[in-house]
Order: sequence, then structure tokens, then C-alpha cells
Amino acid sequence: MNNREITERLNEVFRDVFDDDSICVNENTTSADIEDWDSIEHINLIAAVENEFGIRFKMREVSGMKNVGEMIAIISSRA
Amino acid sequence: MKELDYPFDSKDILRNKREIKKKLLSDGTPRIKKNIAVLGGSTADHIISMLRLFLLNAGIEPHFYKSEYNKFYEDAVFGSPELESFKPDIIFIHTTSRNLTFMPDDASVTEEEMEKRIEEQFKYFRQAWDGLAGRFGCPVIQNNFELPLFRRTGNYDCWGESGQSAFIARMNVLLSNYARHTKNFYINDINYLSATIGLEKWHNPEAWYLYKYAMSPSVIPDLAYSAACIIKSIFGRNHKVIDLDLDNTLWGGVIGDDGREGIEIGPETAVGQAYSEFQSFIKGYKDYGVLLAVCSKNDMENALLGLEHPCGVLRPDDFVSIKANWENKDRNIQETADELGLLADSFVFIDDNPAECAIIEAQLPQVQTVRMDTVGAAMYALSRGGFFEVTSLSGDDRRRTEMYAANAKRIAEQKSFASYKDYLLSLEMFAKICDFEPIYYQRITQLTNKSNQFNLTTRRFTEAEIEEISSKPGYIRLCGRLCDKFGDNGIVSVVIGRCEDDTAHIELWLMSCRVLKRDMELAMLDEFVKKCRERSIRRIIGYYYKTPKNGMVAGLYESFGFSPVEKKDNGDSVWSLETEGYVNKNEVIKYDKRSYINE
Repeated sequence: MNNREITERLNEVFRDVFDDDSICVNENTTSADIEDWDSIEHINLIAAVENEFGIRFKMREVSGMKNVGEMIAIISSRA
Repeated sequence: MKELDYPFDSKDILRNKREIKKKLLSDGTPRIKKNIAVLGGSTADHIISMLRLFLLNAGIEPHFYKSEYNKFYEDAVFGSPELESFKPDIIFIHTTSRNLTFMPDDASVTEEEMEKRIEEQFKYFRQAWDGLAGRFGCPVIQNNFELPLFRRTGNYDCWGESGQSAFIARMNVLLSNYARHTKNFYINDINYLSATIGLEKWHNPEAWYLYKYAMSPSVIPDLAYSAACIIKSIFGRNHKVIDLDLDNTLWGGVIGDDGREGIEIGPETAVGQAYSEFQSFIKGYKDYGVLLAVCSKNDMENALLGLEHPCGVLRPDDFVSIKANWENKDRNIQETADELGLLADSFVFIDDNPAECAIIEAQLPQVQTVRMDTVGAAMYALSRGGFFEVTSLSGDDRRRTEMYAANAKRIAEQKSFASYKDYLLSLEMFAKICDFEPIYYQRITQLTNKSNQFNLTTRRFTEAEIEEISSKPGYIRLCGRLCDKFGDNGIVSVVIGRCEDDTAHIELWLMSCRVLKRDMELAMLDEFVKKCRERSIRRIIGYYYKTPKNGMVAGLYESFGFSPVEKKDNGDSVWSLETEGYVNKNEVIKYDKRSYINE
């Protein structure tokens, strides 16, 4: 799976979790770019991403991800 | 909403919760508004958002108060102005074993100290409940406690002085005793819930370290559903009726074909035992005020014959309504509801046939369906579904007018299939109709000996006779197999025509009742006429020989467009059809031309 495919699938997850079909994530997207992306929604997002890709994030990764690019990098190293 | 009916897909609900919420809020259903205070001993955000969905789906529009993180005790005992002004209708105390502050954690705890700790711990919770009762007097729902995943001392943990499992088990007994003696106090049994889900899945320590969730986020929908069932029961939104199919639901076999001696119920066989247990389980619901009804495609006479089986547990007078006829089941359920003065949304319908469940889900989506796959699965689904959650309080009086308003709305929305034909098309049926093939001899023979209802001549054949007929050129033989999107029904129809010059005499025409009202008989007729034309046969003669069981097909040839030739006093009749000018009748079943799937 290349980064483009990961980004596409990730985007679907984001759109579902935030119920917003206008979302288009890229490597630089951060929680500041999506209005509803707060610490509570982050929990849901992480679970949905884990389910989508069949992976588990490590605790340090959950709290340490700075942007979507880092999320993609972790997924790509594991999936 | 299907997504939220048990059994639901937790991952899907969590991921799409915003969209689901939006759909629910815009569906126009009138809902009763309730204020629900959630006092949490750990993070409660997702519990609230899941609770909201399940309650909206149950006709309750909740407004929530959420205590500050782990401030359930402070809110309850000392009160808070926000909670006071919120005026809760219900308070849900969401605590877990993480909140058992007096739980022993080392080997030094003596039996005496253990007693003291349990007493202290119980007192701590009791203070919270007393505080709430004094301040609000509204119903309180309290989680009991889940067992730990980690047991330092192994099995000893459940009985040793310092055992945590032992401590939790004793706390749960104290909670149950308290609930039994306290009005307006209900236990949300997460001890059971975590056991059924499995402690390995329930517990997720990382969710605690990261988010202070006391269980895995993936099980939060289950927890919320369980609490929602209590809430909807308290507000009188329980289901009220279990409407049951008969054949292969209350007993094994088909009463109309197998007769009273042939169906399985009672201690003689494993299948019979399973159905006995199921009947007892269902009968037990009556003690809690649940109404039982029957909705079966059967003749009334046969339905009663089955229900009066000497080994049966349920008797005809256990049911408030018995519908045994050949009408569509959605109509029967609606009629039963009308007769009882209830809405269809208080019905739970149980049937072994997935197609029957599907038509109910489409035509009467407010009816909860339970598929009778196995007896065990059905009992589990029926109880886990929480349709008949028992609480002592009964519903508000305000509900009545809202109920009628909702009803009017549903009538307008009810028919999601424009016609019965649309429903049949939605089943995506495929038929394979072919000559008798050796692999089917056994099944064909069995059908000729078992089928009594949809059977025009009720002629029985041995396998040797079927084999013989199959080798003779003077016969048109058809066996029909029907598949739909739910699966393969197998060989369900058999026709034998004996050819004589330019005439074919139908010696056998039968069909399994499993596929009634699917137009399979039309597909068979089309194929039969086609075969006749290939042999230049111009006239088809059909015979109906009346038996005590085949009344349902007395008018079959007439409905096929045959003309009467002879009608005898004993009920027998003879019919004829010209093959010329015949127009194919089946419009809903496609023909599968592939060489067929192997058995």
C-alpha cells in the first residue's frame, strides 16, 4: 500500500468520523485544521483508523502524532 | 434504525455516530424528552454519545448532564448547582472496578480487614445514592462491577482474603441486595456484560492510561445499549409482544407435511429437546406481562394440532392471538397489533425463514425481528436485545398521545416496497428448472412423500419409481431449485407430466411450503408449457385430488388460467389448458442457465 492509497482510505475515515464530506486530508493536516477534532474525537478517530487498517497504535504514537503525515508514516510501516 | 437494533456493529456505530445522530434527529419521529445525568467515575463522553443514539432510536430525546471527570461522588453527596437546575429525570452512575478505592492490593489484608473494607466501600457508594435520593428522588441506574483481567494470585484471587475478584463478587452481592430493597434503583449489570463480551476484549488498560476510559472504547456501545434498555423500560418503551412462527420455530419440522407424529418437540430427540427448552423459555416471558402471539403460514387446524402436541409446553391458550393462514406476515402482524390496540413497534417477531424476516424488516421496520437460526442463538438474541427489560416502574401517561402521533406518521411511511412484486424482485431469485437428474432422485422421492399441502395429486413415489420414470421418454419431468439473496432453498418443486398423443396429464405437481408466494409455481408452469410445446403437445390436463391437507391448492389450476373440465362431489376436479397462446407468467424469478452448483 503506497502513501496515496493510505491517504485516500484515511480520508474516508476522517469524513465518516467528522461527518464532513468536504474534508481532504494531506500530510500537513493537523487537528487545528478540522474544527471538531478535539481530544475526545481523537479517541474515536484513532479507533476508527486502527479498525480500518487492522493495526494498533502504540500509546506514545497516539499522544505524539503531530499531523496526518506522521499517521500515514506509522500506518505504512505497519500495514 | 437498523444500525442501532441489536445485534449492532459497534465499530460502525462509533465511526459513523455523527451521521447516525443527524439521521435520527431529522427523521421526524416524535420523542419524549428526558433529562439524563451521567455521573462518571471515569471518562464518560463516548458513553453519553452512544447512549444518545440508542435512546433516540427508542423514541427518547435525551438531554445530558455530565459530571466533571470522576466527580460522581462529589456531585451526588455534596450536590452541584448545575445538577440542581438540570432537574434530572434519571441519573446514571457510571462507575467501574477502577472506582473501588478500598479494594485490597497486597497480601497483608486479613479477613477482618477485608470485611471492614467491603463495608467502607459499600458505605461510600451508599452515601452517593442516599444523597441523590434525598435531592432528586428520580430513578438511579448504577453499574455493578466487572471482574479484573489480571489476577496476581491466580484462582486464589476469587476466594483469598486479599483477593480482588473476591472483593468485587461480594460488592456485587451487596449492590443486588440494595437494588432489591430500594425503589427507583436499578443495576446496569456490566459484570454480565463484560463476561459475555469477554474480559480480554472488555479490558483495555491502554485506554485507561491514555484517556481514562475504564473499558475498551470498542465495548462502549454495548455498555450504553444495556443502560439504554433500562432507561427505555423505565419510561415505558419496552416491547410488549413476541409474535412467533410455528414450523421450525416452535417445533422441528412442518406440521402440515409431517403431521403431529412427525414434528419434533419433547424429550425423544435432541432437536425435540431444543424446542422444548425454547417453548419453556418463551412461556416464561408471560410471567413478566409479555404477550405471546402466533404468525404462521399454516392452516389453523394444523397450527392447533401442533400446539396441542402432548410434549409441547406452549398451549393455544398461552397466545393472545393465533394467525395461521396464507396471508403475508406483515399483514398478519399489523392485524394482530390492531386487534390488541398496540402499535407494531411493540412487536418482536421470531421466524426461522430469513426471507420472512426480511419482508417484515422492509414492510414493518418498527417490528424487531429475531432470526431463529438455532434455538440457542434465538434465546440469546431475544434476551440480549433487551426488548423486555424488567423495571418496576411503568410508563408515563403522556406517552399515549405521542404514541398515536407516531403511529399516524408511520402509516404514511410504512410501505417501503411499492408492491409485493417489488419485494419479490428485491429477493433476487434464481431458479434452476431441469429434468430429474440422478443426484436429485433422493430429494425428489423425499418431497413426493413429505409434501402434503402444496400437492395436487399427493401421489407417493419410491426412489425406484422415480428412477424408472426418469428413464422413460413419455414423461415431462421437472424439478425446480430456487435460490435467493439469502441462500439456496434447494429442490423445492417437482412436476411429472405423462404424455399421450398431443396431451400431457399432470400426475404430480408439488412444491415445498418454504417458498410459498414467491411465484416459483409460475416459473414451473412456464417451463412445463415450454417442454410441452417442444413435443407439440397442445393440451395439458391437470388433476386436483382433495385431501384433508391440500386445501390451499384447490384453486391453483384456475389461477393458472386452466378451464374446468370436471368437478366432482368429493371435491376432486379436472382442468385443461391449451398450450397455444400461453403467455409466460413468471416476472420475478430469473433462470439460471449455468451448470449447477454441486450439492
